[in-house]
Amino acid sequence: MSLLVDDLKVYYRTLAGDVRALDGVTFAVGDGEIMGLAGESGCGKSTLGNSLIRFDTRMRYIGGHVTLDGTELPIWDTAGMDAYRFDHVSIVPQYAMSALNPTRKIGAMTADLLRARGVSAKKAFPELRRRLDLVGLSDDVLDMFPLELSGGMKQRTVMVISTLLNPSLLIADEITSALDVSTQKAVSETLVGFRDRGFVKSLIVITHDLAILYQIADTILVMYAGRLAEKASGETIISSPRHPYTRLLISSLPEVGIRYSEKKLVGIPGTPPGLLDPPQGCRFRDRCPLASKKCLEAPPFVEVEDGHHVACWEEAA
Amino acid sequence: MPHLKVDRVSKVYKVGAFGGKELLAVRDVSFEVQPGEVVSLIGESGSGKSTIGRMILRLLPVTRGAITVDGVDIAQLKHKKLKGYWRTTQGVFQDPFSSYNPIFKADRIFRLVRESYFSSVGSAEWKSKLAASLEAVSLDPGQVLNKYPHQLSGGQLQRLLIARALLLDIEFLVADEVISMLDASTRIDVLNLLGDLKARGLGIVFITHDLSLGNYISEKTVILRRGAVVEMGATDKVFGNPQHPYTKMLLASVPQLHSKWEELDPQLKAQITELAGSQAADRPYAEAGRAVLPADRDGAELVEVEHDHLAAPV
Repeated sequence: MSLLVDDLKVYYRTLAGDVRALDGVTFAVGDGEIMGLAGESGCGKSTLGNSLIRFDTRMRYIGGHVTLDGTELPIWDTAGMDAYRFDHVSIVPQYAMSALNPTRKIGAMTADLLRARGVSAKKAFPELRRRLDLVGLSDDVLDMFPLELSGGMKQRTVMVISTLLNPSLLIADEITSALDVSTQKAVSETLVGFRDRGFVKSLIVITHDLAILYQIADTILVMYAGRLAEKASGETIISSPRHPYTRLLISSLPEVGIRYSEKKLVGIPGTPPGLLDPPQGCRFRDRCPLASKKCLEAPPFVEVEDGHHVACWEEAA
Repeated sequence: MPHLKVDRVSKVYKVGAFGGKELLAVRDVSFEVQPGEVVSLIGESGSGKSTIGRMILRLLPVTRGAITVDGVDIAQLKHKKLKGYWRTTQGVFQDPFSSYNPIFKADRIFRLVRESYFSSVGSAEWKSKLAASLEAVSLDPGQVLNKYPHQLSGGQLQRLLIARALLLDIEFLVADEVISMLDASTRIDVLNLLGDLKARGLGIVFITHDLSLGNYISEKTVILRRGAVVEMGATDKVFGNPQHPYTKMLLASVPQLHSKWEELDPQLKAQITELAGSQAADRPYAEAGRAVLPADRDGAELVEVEHDHLAAPV
């Protein structure tokens, strides 16, 4: 097992109180596994990604453990994580466009970054050029300013730079959301290519787009309101989901071929609960067609089939 | 019957320092919108789809060609007539949060409409009008009125904007990426709402980059690439029997829920890689410089593939 996350709790400090963005999350990512992390905005998926690499000042570590390749990561300690960041855990941020320094050429900026990690730029540059070539970018990119690159090119450049030190775990946070469909496909396939070539050992791909995850992920983890709802292989999540939230979510997605005039899709009524003072018990209760008295108690995240975990009383029974 | 016609429209933007360069954003685009139908403008970023929407709303002037409603060129409208046009044609845009002034309550948008269009309408009549238009977008007045934008969800804000448009006697609605900012579980409801409005006789221009959404809701589809139409016609024909390689590539790139990219036909796959490569080589503003407007009846005319289905020659 490459990554083990055990009962991780991360809250946001606000004037009104703690926002329970991540409320007890337990899962594992195996070697060579691409795990997709899906959910609506505010479900805690980006908080989970960020907490594995760097706590921002508003985030507060409440409890839980994260183990990567047998070593426990001091995720609560920003300085202590320096030893692991980019060498062991790396991230491709949501807005790669703004992750690049606009006043430095790509090559100079990469050299700065390498120096900060104590790696000689001279030694690393041939590999950098090789990898840029792999994602379809020429050497000229190194002499360009970020302004001169298109969105997809910037995204691929950031992907190459953040995996240059062969981290064990890469977190890709909504990296395809701002891209066009054809670029989206190229970028997603590049991610899979990085795993196949061993640039990264395992990947967590965070997105709200289940269709993309179905294309590239080995397993999909669905989150709802700061908790885990369901985890299974991509195929299982899409074709035989068991959590009512996953089921309703998938049935509300329009696909090429479904027409309004022939088949009217429906959304999920209501909105997710606020996490400042989340309701007791199952957090999907208010929107769930199957909700019963039992749901006043929080359902455990249990394995219902081999490799298929669900947090729902209906399924656990 | 009101009838919106976009006739051989081109648009040149001045870009660069002091507008020294020109960018041909839309070239020679023609299509029509009838009441009770949804026309999707589908294209990737930079395809000119939003520019067309803004020209229809008369937020941008047309460089060449004309947009007409019932034969009247909207570029000629002034003062009262222009206001009259906006009474019938309204737009809703992508980001609901930036459409509102965060300092004021969200329902201020209704008050503004009342002040400029319905100043003579009495309070009671206005209230019932407002209630009717909120009901049309399935919002509960108690939940949304008297609230600030940050207290409402993206879906609610977007519906309020549609309700605002409905207060006027609109015949055409330009919906520019209205649901791309919304969450998966609520976006389909806003999309269905557009379907209901269509049934009430509205003509809708639905601008999107998402092919599956365009396919779901629209009767007619216009596929744009770098400002020009590559394929257009009845939605089932364009999606069912795509002719242009660009349309085929877009369709094949859409992530599907039940078939994987790897299962694509290898020949099509090679074609896609080739096209995507040429796509990636394009720099933004690659076409800047002095823009050359297409001369009359010059260049690639669309060819009729079958009834109600046109495609650009390859």
